[in-house]
Amino acid sequence: MTSTLLLVQVLNGLQFGVLLFLVSAGLTLVFGVMDFINLAHGVQYMLGAYLAASIGTALGSFWAGLVLALPASLAIGLALEWLVFRHLYDRDHLSQVLATFGVILTLDEATRALWGSAPLNVPQPAGLSGGIMLTSSLGYPAWRLAIIAAGLLVAPLLWWLVERTRSGMLVRAGSTHRAIVSALGVDIGRLFALVFAIGAMLAGFAGALAGPVYAVAPGMGDTVLILAFVVIVIGGVGSIRGAIIASLLVGLVDTLGRALLPDLLRLALAPAAARQTGAALASMLVYVAMAGFLCLRPAGLFPVRRA
Amino acid sequence: MAEPLLALRDLSKRFGGLTVTHALSLDLHAGEIHAVIGPNGAGKTTLINLISGTLAPDAGHVRFAGTDVTRWSLQRRARAGLARSFQITSVLERFTARENVALAVQARSGSSFRFLRPVARETGLNAAAEAELAAVGLGDRAAIPAARLSHGEKRQLELAMVLATAPRLLVLDEPLAGAGPEETARLVALLRGLRGRFGVLLVEHDMDAVFALADRISVLVDGRLVVTGDAATVRAHPEVRSAYLGDDALA
Amino acid sequence: MPPESPLRRWKLAGATRRVGTCGAPRMRPPLREKALPVLVLAVLAAAPFLGFGDGFALTLLARGMILGMAAIGLALLVGGAGLASLGHAATLGIGAYAVASLDAVGIDRAGIVFPVAIAAAALFAAVTGAVSLRTSGVHFIMITLAFGQMAFFTAASLSTLGGDDGYTLYARTTLFGARLLQDRLAFHFVCLGLLAAVWLLCSAVLDSRFGRVLQAARDNPLRVRALGFSPYPYRLVACTLAGGIGGLAGALLANATEFVSPATLAWTRSGELLFMVILGGVGRLYGGLLGALAFVLLEEWLSHLMTYWRLAFGPLLILAVLFLPGGLAGLRRRDG
Repeated sequence: MTSTLLLVQVLNGLQFGVLLFLVSAGLTLVFGVMDFINLAHGVQYMLGAYLAASIGTALGSFWAGLVLALPASLAIGLALEWLVFRHLYDRDHLSQVLATFGVILTLDEATRALWGSAPLNVPQPAGLSGGIMLTSSLGYPAWRLAIIAAGLLVAPLLWWLVERTRSGMLVRAGSTHRAIVSALGVDIGRLFALVFAIGAMLAGFAGALAGPVYAVAPGMGDTVLILAFVVIVIGGVGSIRGAIIASLLVGLVDTLGRALLPDLLRLALAPAAARQTGAALASMLVYVAMAGFLCLRPAGLFPVRRA
Repeated sequence: MAEPLLALRDLSKRFGGLTVTHALSLDLHAGEIHAVIGPNGAGKTTLINLISGTLAPDAGHVRFAGTDVTRWSLQRRARAGLARSFQITSVLERFTARENVALAVQARSGSSFRFLRPVARETGLNAAAEAELAAVGLGDRAAIPAARLSHGEKRQLELAMVLATAPRLLVLDEPLAGAGPEETARLVALLRGLRGRFGVLLVEHDMDAVFALADRISVLVDGRLVVTGDAATVRAHPEVRSAYLGDDALA
Repeated sequence: MPPESPLRRWKLAGATRRVGTCGAPRMRPPLREKALPVLVLAVLAAAPFLGFGDGFALTLLARGMILGMAAIGLALLVGGAGLASLGHAATLGIGAYAVASLDAVGIDRAGIVFPVAIAAAALFAAVTGAVSLRTSGVHFIMITLAFGQMAFFTAASLSTLGGDDGYTLYARTTLFGARLLQDRLAFHFVCLGLLAAVWLLCSAVLDSRFGRVLQAARDNPLRVRALGFSPYPYRLVACTLAGGIGGLAGALLANATEFVSPATLAWTRSGELLFMVILGGVGRLYGGLLGALAFVLLEEWLSHLMTYWRLAFGPLLILAVLFLPGGLAGLRRRDG
């Protein structure tokens, strides 16, 4: 493998990591702050992709689809919170897992009913659909670079919002000191619904960004969801900083593992065996990392201090 | 003199920056009821957790029956005969009284990795459990689920469970807490019956009970032992009077 | 509100704000009630002779019984030990893949296939359990999910067994030299017999000395340790046993469908199994069986009613979690 190909894989890994971060951010806040485990978060990612694609197709502009998908995702997040999730805050984790699993089944099926099972055609982002020459010989899709740039913008903004602003402080305090925050005259229920909706919107944003890159198909949220759980376990539940680092890590490890492991194993194994073992090991890498963290460092890389 | 049943040497425990147990040393002899008293926050429950193995100390040693058990887990110490009760009654609410005690009997009699024989029909376990229940005055409550027992009865039940493990040392964390006057009288009589048969380390707030029961008393203030001695010595100790007991408590 | 306080044990340590259910806890561990499950087994035995003897009905019932078997094993783990695994489908898949790999080398004798399937799944459960049991609560859910995914991707990469596309068996497993499993009615009774055996085994285990320690450690681990028991080996044995049962169910499932694919190990299948246990009622072992039968029948019925049947199934699942905390088995005693 040449160094230019390696650079491409690193960029692919970063781009995937950025998408993972956008999905994980909401998941980690909801899990860390509300102690609510939401399997249906991946569905928000899928819906974001579908909404952006259909609105974009209808209006003939990818950008219109991207922009309008955001409020739509936010609205869906609020609706789900109101319909289902808020009735589960006081239940045990297993009930939350199962009920949100039911939400996945329902919305995956609704997607199939509305859009069919075949992958959806996604309009390309006008102006960014081509490639950019990174070196004289190496081109790279401009849109993937744009995804990385979007992540680089959102990540610090979100970190600042949660760690440095009054609202962020209230959200963080709301998890451990409900009574105190309520006494400050803050409506905890509304605060949580807001966190939920913003998380849903970020996941929808990720889906909309992913549309031109990956297949937009029913169930596309499931893989991302499980990887997002890997991210928050490694990064530390509730930590935005942890989510940033861990998602880039997971994105890189997953992408580079898939690209490099089969080649590496060829040094020791026959080509066919190397390809097969390499693919299996590469798919497993992040889960091995997750299991390792759960056992050895269950609080993750950046444990959130609870007073 | 024979080696004490329990010997604590320079035991220390910190939580963050807060030291709750300061280089504490204490001996407890077989057959003796040794009470530890002290104001709230003196570190009594921490001491019990260190002795029983629920917490590991930062420094110092715990010797039990001549063996250094400092690094032993709670369950290993329990198997060696060091039994504890909890300040907040800890019984299995969904089990009947008999099942609670039978579980404790099971811990000391034979393997528990038996998979097919119904344990409810093991007459040996049930008989032993019922004997222990009778001994603490719960003989007629054996079939009642623990959740339906009164607070005092749960206290008695926990004592029966502790005794059923065939311990050599009982570490009791406020066994009278929350019990009514009648229940207290019954529990005190029960505890008195333990003297001479087991070593007992008793943490208790009820001063009448402590002075009635204890052979020796240690006073714990801010994680340090202020004085150890018989009732008269402790009553007379000036620092105890000011730090903890207050003059009227001795009247 | 749920009598099943073990549900609460799965909360993260320290997440104490969510305590207190109203109503008294159930007094006796209800896992011992025998009348209803015996009735269900009797109905399953009679079903082929009561108009459910056609190929379609038998296929459906076999699926229900096989998943019921796996769910009973999982119920032992969830209800008995208080351990919610979100990776149980892996044991099912390992059992199925054991059948497929032996089939690929021409071995189809039940005397070899079934023990291998059970042993392989039990070994997987033991090894992953040994690691997973170091965690608790929601971390246990997560780590079992991670192990389940590892098994899934391993299965998907087995190119000799079809990779993603799966593997079609040459023949069903043979029993005593005869293709006993080939005949649908015979297969029905093989499944029923094994289901009954699994249920009896798990009931006996819960009623044994071992089971008493296991359930005590579920309710109050600290108390159990203070009595001298270490919960870990008991939980590990429960994981292994549930895994072995999953392997058996997987081997039967491979025979029922004569096809094996990574979808058997998908995490959604683990979610479904867990849902069967909860739907049936986590406080009862046979709740797993009830849940599996209800699940399979509901799935079948709805898919006949409408194309996009999960549109109705998903909301039903949500409603069941919200409004049936005691599960189906708990319906009988709403009076209390």
